[in-house]
Amino acid sequence: MSVMGTQVVRTEDQNLITLGGHYVDDLREPDLIGAGHVMFLRSPVAHARISALDVSAAREAPGVLAVYTAADLDITPAESPTAEPFLARDVVRYVGEPVAVVITEQRYQLADAAELVDIDYDPLDAVIGFENALADNTLLFPDSGSNVVQTHGAEFAESTFADCEVVITRTIVNQRVAPAPLEVRSGAAAVAEDGRLTLWLSTQNAQIARATVAGALGLEPTSVRVIAPDVGGGFGAKIGADPEAVVLGWVTRTLGRSVTWTETRSENLTSMTHGRAQRQTFTIGGRRDGTVLAFRLEIVQDSGAYPRASFLPTLTELMSSGVYHIPVVEAASTCVVTNTTPIAAYRGAGRPEATAAIERAMDVFAIEIGMDPADVRRANFIRPEEFPFATASGANYDTGEYAKALDLLLESAGYQELRAEQARRRAAGDVVALGLGVASYVEITGGDAGGESGKVVINRDGSVTAFTGSSPHGQGLGTTFKMMLADQLGVPMDKITIRHGDTDEVPKAVGTFGSRSLQFGGSAIRQAAEEVIAKAKELVADLVEAAPEDVELNIEDGVWQVRGAPSAGAISWAQVSEHAGEVDLAADVWFSKVGPTFPFGAHLAVVEVDTETGKVKLRRIIALDDAGPVINPLTFRGQRHGGLAQGSAQALLEVMNYDEDGNPTTATLADYSFITATELPDFELVEMETPTTRNPLGVKGIGEAATIGSTPAVQNAVVDALAHLGVRHIDMPTTPLRVWQTLNEARRQSA
Amino acid sequence: MKVTIEVNGKTTTEDVEDRTLLVHHLRDTLGLTATNIGCDTTSCGACTVLLDGESVKSCTMLAAQADGHTVTTLEGLTGRDGELHPMQEAFREQHGLQCGFCTPGMIMASVSILKENPTPTREQVRQALEGNLCRCTGYHNIVSAVIAASGQEVDR
Amino acid sequence: MIPVAFTYRRPSSVSEVLDLLVEHGDEAKLLAGGHSLLPLMKLRLAAPEVLIDLAGLDELRYVRDEGDTIAIGALTRYRDLEIDPILAEHAPLVAHAAGAIGDPQVRHRGTIGGSLVHADPAGDLPAAVLVSDAVLVLRGPEGEREIPVDEFFVGPFTTPLAEDELLTEIRLPKQTGIGWGYEKFTRREIDWAIVGVAALGKKVALINMGGTPLRAHGVEAALADGASIPDAAALAGEDGNPADEPHASADYRRHLATVLTARALTRATGEVPAGLS
Repeated sequence: MSVMGTQVVRTEDQNLITLGGHYVDDLREPDLIGAGHVMFLRSPVAHARISALDVSAAREAPGVLAVYTAADLDITPAESPTAEPFLARDVVRYVGEPVAVVITEQRYQLADAAELVDIDYDPLDAVIGFENALADNTLLFPDSGSNVVQTHGAEFAESTFADCEVVITRTIVNQRVAPAPLEVRSGAAAVAEDGRLTLWLSTQNAQIARATVAGALGLEPTSVRVIAPDVGGGFGAKIGADPEAVVLGWVTRTLGRSVTWTETRSENLTSMTHGRAQRQTFTIGGRRDGTVLAFRLEIVQDSGAYPRASFLPTLTELMSSGVYHIPVVEAASTCVVTNTTPIAAYRGAGRPEATAAIERAMDVFAIEIGMDPADVRRANFIRPEEFPFATASGANYDTGEYAKALDLLLESAGYQELRAEQARRRAAGDVVALGLGVASYVEITGGDAGGESGKVVINRDGSVTAFTGSSPHGQGLGTTFKMMLADQLGVPMDKITIRHGDTDEVPKAVGTFGSRSLQFGGSAIRQAAEEVIAKAKELVADLVEAAPEDVELNIEDGVWQVRGAPSAGAISWAQVSEHAGEVDLAADVWFSKVGPTFPFGAHLAVVEVDTETGKVKLRRIIALDDAGPVINPLTFRGQRHGGLAQGSAQALLEVMNYDEDGNPTTATLADYSFITATELPDFELVEMETPTTRNPLGVKGIGEAATIGSTPAVQNAVVDALAHLGVRHIDMPTTPLRVWQTLNEARRQSA
Repeated sequence: MKVTIEVNGKTTTEDVEDRTLLVHHLRDTLGLTATNIGCDTTSCGACTVLLDGESVKSCTMLAAQADGHTVTTLEGLTGRDGELHPMQEAFREQHGLQCGFCTPGMIMASVSILKENPTPTREQVRQALEGNLCRCTGYHNIVSAVIAASGQEVDR
Repeated sequence: MIPVAFTYRRPSSVSEVLDLLVEHGDEAKLLAGGHSLLPLMKLRLAAPEVLIDLAGLDELRYVRDEGDTIAIGALTRYRDLEIDPILAEHAPLVAHAAGAIGDPQVRHRGTIGGSLVHADPAGDLPAAVLVSDAVLVLRGPEGEREIPVDEFFVGPFTTPLAEDELLTEIRLPKQTGIGWGYEKFTRREIDWAIVGVAALGKKVALINMGGTPLRAHGVEAALADGASIPDAAALAGEDGNPADEPHASADYRRHLATVLTARALTRATGEVPAGLS
């Protein structure tokens, strides 16, 4: 029986549950024995000119090996008016920006030495918030003439909403959040005697990191080796290499000594990129029968201090019409810089923002025309027979069953009964209001232009080693790939090894982000295995002196045999490998895409809101996430669980806040409301599988899907709970204070 | 100063700076790197170990405070012949970990939870895990793992 | 996040502690559970030269029934309070408040004395002890003195404990059979209270409604005059001077104080109040 689609416990876990894995800071490699310890000194102010910088006292402190500032660096970022320096030179642009780097013999000497660095900051006005940035009164980069660093998208036509009976415009904020992987950023570096640089990095893709570091240091890529050991979560914020990693490489080469660096959590919360941070103005128009005729989305993307975020709003534009067949869709974006931590990818990266806008808009439209939000959605879904479907915003959806998904979800959840309970509570004037939030979503995975590498080697003993460019850091892809190979080759999973994350073993790769790994990395592995089977077939034919078409692989027993003569003369993989002679029995492939895929689903959140205090309790979340055929239901569900938690967290709790001077007010895990077990219910999952036609596995990505659906479902539920009191919108996170204030305002208006 | 701590059944005596945090002592002096550091405000629980059998956050304790006491880390849970502790087994079977970084602290906290409440409800497990953060799993399968390790049936 | 270097001492008796306090004066800090002090030291917001660990004072770890009062040793941990059978019978509010603090790991370390001396206006035990009309026993070089709890919290993180004094015991008048309610309003359960209310019979203490834990005198007076719970609770917002913060405005805190006071008092009568608990 095939292992595919069955629940397989992860083979990654043994090491993690007994030894706690090997993350960068755990490494005790010979090359790192006696490594110096590195700490970055970071700006405590949001926007200032550095008027004096004196590191002489620090250099004399006990155990100090070196202190470097921008003046010492002989590397520069690529020329650009908005270039992000490796260490700030004259101006600092956000709290947390690296200004100097201290290296000591021992870990405990770092903080003592860092205190002795003397820096004078001449404050400049801080640019905080969308309006401030757009006003251009203070510029982050005076040479570029504006805080606007990118504009993109459609022209807005005057006639767009001309035929609509109902038109509603609303401005909402998709707030800035911190990715906060449990392992903060960490790296180590050493130079071999031949001058070759090795970097151990907590990264989602060693190969992109190598390209970045080698490029910045002016080295040949082959002179740099990057190893991603166990990585404690990434969520998009560990794609490639940050400036700190480049500095680490520079330091080890300059100092001639291996070094190791692990930031603190408080550094992480202000210095690792943040996500989301969009102001969205949507206009939705349609008929009173529920038909939506036109949708417009105007985005302002807060990029933070340096523009790393420009790809985010364009993805939001692309996915702006969601699961609906809307005749006219207009989306456009403006990226601005502000004196805050740079924004980049965070689980979903641009698509959660799109879903949040359209799903909020559908609810606003529904309440305006007096229809149930589920019915409004049903009236506008793209129908199954319309696929492949080219959206007005330029996406080309592969496959989808949006109405079926919503119907299945609502039936499983007992939607009608919940609505009845809501009505009962409202009639009784219950202090605790019940809210139901629906969100239907579609997202794009594997939407990047890259491919992925996959190599399968049959070892002499018949065991299998596979090398993948995917770089799992919690997703369990090692187990998934073993399952696929066991299924294709008939080799037991315990005879299969998956290697990844070392540029010496896998020089060319794209890596793990954007829910791309199974589609690209998995398809590459599958293709490599097919090629190995084809090669093996020739070898077996030669061995048994039969025609290649007369030999076959018996998957059940993992042996080759002559067709029609099963038991006699079976050939093992070891024999085939042996027969290959000097040459490895192997295939090394690069799988290029056929096209992006579009996972979809529907979520229902059930919340209770205390109308006296504003407190929200998430009671249930029911999720249907369709990403095509499932290889390992265990890890598939695990991805959805994590997504549901992160998505709910954005709706309910999490926000990275700054005061008007640009000081972060949520810069520790005591202040940043990271969601805990206590704030979450058990998750209820509903299954559906609609394959894609765009890769041989029929699979779509699942890494981000549940994050995307759950945020608007929970937010819609909070608003729905209070809709009868006149509430129409509450920005995220729906904190008790905000809920209470909104309720007060609604009561005032209705009074 | 000299600190003597029984760690995972072995007596260790080391000379450390007075200010040495227990977590750094375990990781850097004793080389027991399973115990992780995930924050600097006693918030995340990644550094949870057992002190005399009870869960504590080793980032908010000095090595000196553990002098004369026993400490158990994740490494000490596995039996001598490599047999897994029921909690380790349950985390694996229930897919209670993804990236694994919170896992050592989560497992040690969970062992302590069952010691104080041998057959908790799912809600009680959630309450008792409030000091351990996980970014990957959404906690659902962690709760299931604790329920499973308690010998109760996991029904969701 | 590493503390500034210091000298660690672990004396084994109260008198040794007092000697060390005399010797080191304001250069020394006492370490009990350490869950307030060590985080501050790691952030380098506190940098004592000498840290005097009280862990050796087993003599201060007890809960005793002393007739009309319950005596609690200052080093009794939250966890031990939470599950103590004597408290469960005679001071359940204090046991409950101890169980509401932080997470299990914190409760395995934190002590009642540490909590009271730290005097955080958002703390759980200070309010529970305040509403209980406890008496605190302090020991110094001159001997012992007793101080009623309503004279103990004099400002944010400030108490009349002298530099050379140690809090040794908390004496609670027995509350056997008296109804109580404890309402702690947080965003996440793990968080410190935005506002909290401890009600014991017709007595009320407020958490985080000013620089110290407070008795809601207006509420108590109204109740004594026979006011209904809603009418009395409506006065809760008038006591104190709550902080005005981005996540919790002063107005909001005043509002919460009235809602939570009504709920805590309702609970104290044995009823279950409306609202999300």
